[in-house]
Amino acid sequence: MSIISLKNIYKSWGDTEVLKNINFECEDGELLVLLGPSGCGKSTTLRLIAGLEIPTSGIVEIGGKDVSDLPPVKRHISMVFQNYALFPHLNVAENIIFGLKARKIPKKEQKKRLENAADLLGLTDFLDRKPSQLSGGQRQRVALGRSIVAQVSVCLMDEPLSNLDAKLRQEMRQEIRSLQQRLKMTMVYVTHDQVEAMTIADRIILINGGVIEQHGTPEELYNYPATAFTGSFIGNPPMNILTPDTQLLQACPSILLPSVDFTAPYLLGIRPEDIEISSDSGMECLVELTEYLGADTLIVCKVEKHSITLTVKGRVAVSAGDQLRINWKVEKIHLFDAANGQRIEHLKGATP
Amino acid sequence: MKSTFQLRYWNHINGWLLVLPAVFMIGLFTHYPIGANIFHSLFSMGTVTRPEVFTGLENYRYLMDDDIFWKVLKNNLVYSMCTVPASISIALGMALLINRNIKGRSLVRMSFFTPTVLPMIAVANIWLFFYTPEYGLFDQVFAFFGGDSHNWLGNPNSALYCLIVMVIWKEAGFFMVFYLAALQQLSPELKEAGLVEGSGGWYYFRRVTFPLLMPTTLFVMVNAVINSFKLVDHLIIMTKGGPDNASSLLLYYIYENAFSFWDTSYAATLTVVLVFILAIITIIQFTVVEKRIHYR
Ligand SMILES: Nc1ncnc2c1ncn2[C@@H]1O[C@H](COP(=O)(O)OP(=O)(O)OP(=O)(O)O)[C@@H](O)[C@H]1O
Ligand SMILES: [Mg+2]
Repeated sequence: MSIISLKNIYKSWGDTEVLKNINFECEDGELLVLLGPSGCGKSTTLRLIAGLEIPTSGIVEIGGKDVSDLPPVKRHISMVFQNYALFPHLNVAENIIFGLKARKIPKKEQKKRLENAADLLGLTDFLDRKPSQLSGGQRQRVALGRSIVAQVSVCLMDEPLSNLDAKLRQEMRQEIRSLQQRLKMTMVYVTHDQVEAMTIADRIILINGGVIEQHGTPEELYNYPATAFTGSFIGNPPMNILTPDTQLLQACPSILLPSVDFTAPYLLGIRPEDIEISSDSGMECLVELTEYLGADTLIVCKVEKHSITLTVKGRVAVSAGDQLRINWKVEKIHLFDAANGQRIEHLKGATP
Repeated sequence: MKSTFQLRYWNHINGWLLVLPAVFMIGLFTHYPIGANIFHSLFSMGTVTRPEVFTGLENYRYLMDDDIFWKVLKNNLVYSMCTVPASISIALGMALLINRNIKGRSLVRMSFFTPTVLPMIAVANIWLFFYTPEYGLFDQVFAFFGGDSHNWLGNPNSALYCLIVMVIWKEAGFFMVFYLAALQQLSPELKEAGLVEGSGGWYYFRRVTFPLLMPTTLFVMVNAVINSFKLVDHLIIMTKGGPDNASSLLLYYIYENAFSFWDTSYAATLTVVLVFILAIITIIQFTVVEKRIHYR
């Protein structure tokens, strides 16, 4: 059963249209990530679900009910904000049960839920502290605690980890994921970090410029990017997107290219990790730059005026200025229509 | 190389040099006058023919028996008890109102703030007209509803309250500005968290907005209390403390003694009492109240 569904959502401020025809559903117990570059409308989408913004047109449904006209309280959601939004004058315990008191939940029940959440989050020793006496990670946990005690079906998170350092971010990410699975929460999680999205999500919705580029599992987005934008956004380093002009088509052996008529405008996508160095076959190119990253090496090379990035395992003995032959399997090529960026299947029998 | 002793020594000298201008100013304009005042209050009133003589606590004994002093003190307490809470709560209400995104916000803000920029003398003159029997604004409104004419400022029962209403009108706009500044410092995320958690209105105000505004409230309260003891310009215009000292305040009584009756010794004695009252109030506010305030 889909617990959240957005139907034909448009949102504009004045003349600027921020969201254009957003449609998606989120299943019960799923962790859905809204991913996209800065300013694409992720936060706006989340705030529409929360009821903190009203769509210009369209319908928001939660739990099968149209909630478009309901205030946030009545939508049975909880939310974790980017800056945690903890009340600075209240201690951790009061912060966590703030909403329960507001909703007049019986004292005994409040206490039970508080103890339960503090236990889950390892906050039992900090209940008397003020938010200013906590570390970033602990504050984050308090914000999570507020979500947990609410015992609502849907939890919304807007870049909850963006204020933490890299190591803590990874820990908290795993913690959120395991909590979400243990408590079977439905979660909508906003981030602009594709690594975060790939590791945590059941499904990802990739937004760009207010429209949905693709909605699918991390594997689908990685293996079958629906648009050139998805291809270049997912994966690190990003996918090479090449415009096949005559120079490239000459330089590139035809066995490496899909069998289509290149007089029509196409884009070729190939992931850096799908390219390998070859001694006898493939395309000639000139190494421009190498970066040793430990587990693998990143090589940027040039074919005429096209620049191609590849990664190879371990350390390789190439340096700038060397000639190199690169090779790939043709089925690794992602073909896109240059006019609208849409994916085109070029292999027989391949289904996304 | 300087020894640590020398370094510390220099640190001290440096520190004192830095605070010296402030110490000098405060000493000259605050501490010396208080001391001189206390000293002066121990003497009898001097005249051209009779030099002042040391009389010890004679002035204070006289003060205890002075009915006008007690009346004026009581007036001032009533005046403070009414103007301080009323102007603070109206200021907070207006700030909350303006802080929302309402139409014509800047117009409302300006009209709330206008009384503050007017000089007290001008305000007093305007309200003098409001209170004029028969022709004044209030009497005209009353007349419209078939009421009688009132001598608002001439009646000992109403004179003080007329001043109180006017002062609230003037002060609230000023305090509103502080509340507005504080409200705009509050993160909108907190408000949104409140909305999601199920507390939009009164509960959120009571549990979050009001406690977070406490530092501002303390600041405003101290100012309001001090103002209620030190602002008497309007008395000179409107009632001159009358009728029968019904609207006189402590500072105005001091002014009368010093510059109408030229009894500077007794004025000094009254001033000592005023300073003492203000000191006590300030100490209470900054110790008892401050303890219960959350500072971020
Ligand atoms: N209150 C507002 N008034 C006008 N424009 C707004 C408002 N809120 C957001 N926008 C615009 O809407 C667009 C999307 O904003 P949104 O906050 O949803 O972006 P985002 O995807 O969350 O970006 P980020 O990753 O930087 O947080 C932006 O171009 C922004 O300028
Ligand atoms: Mg955002």
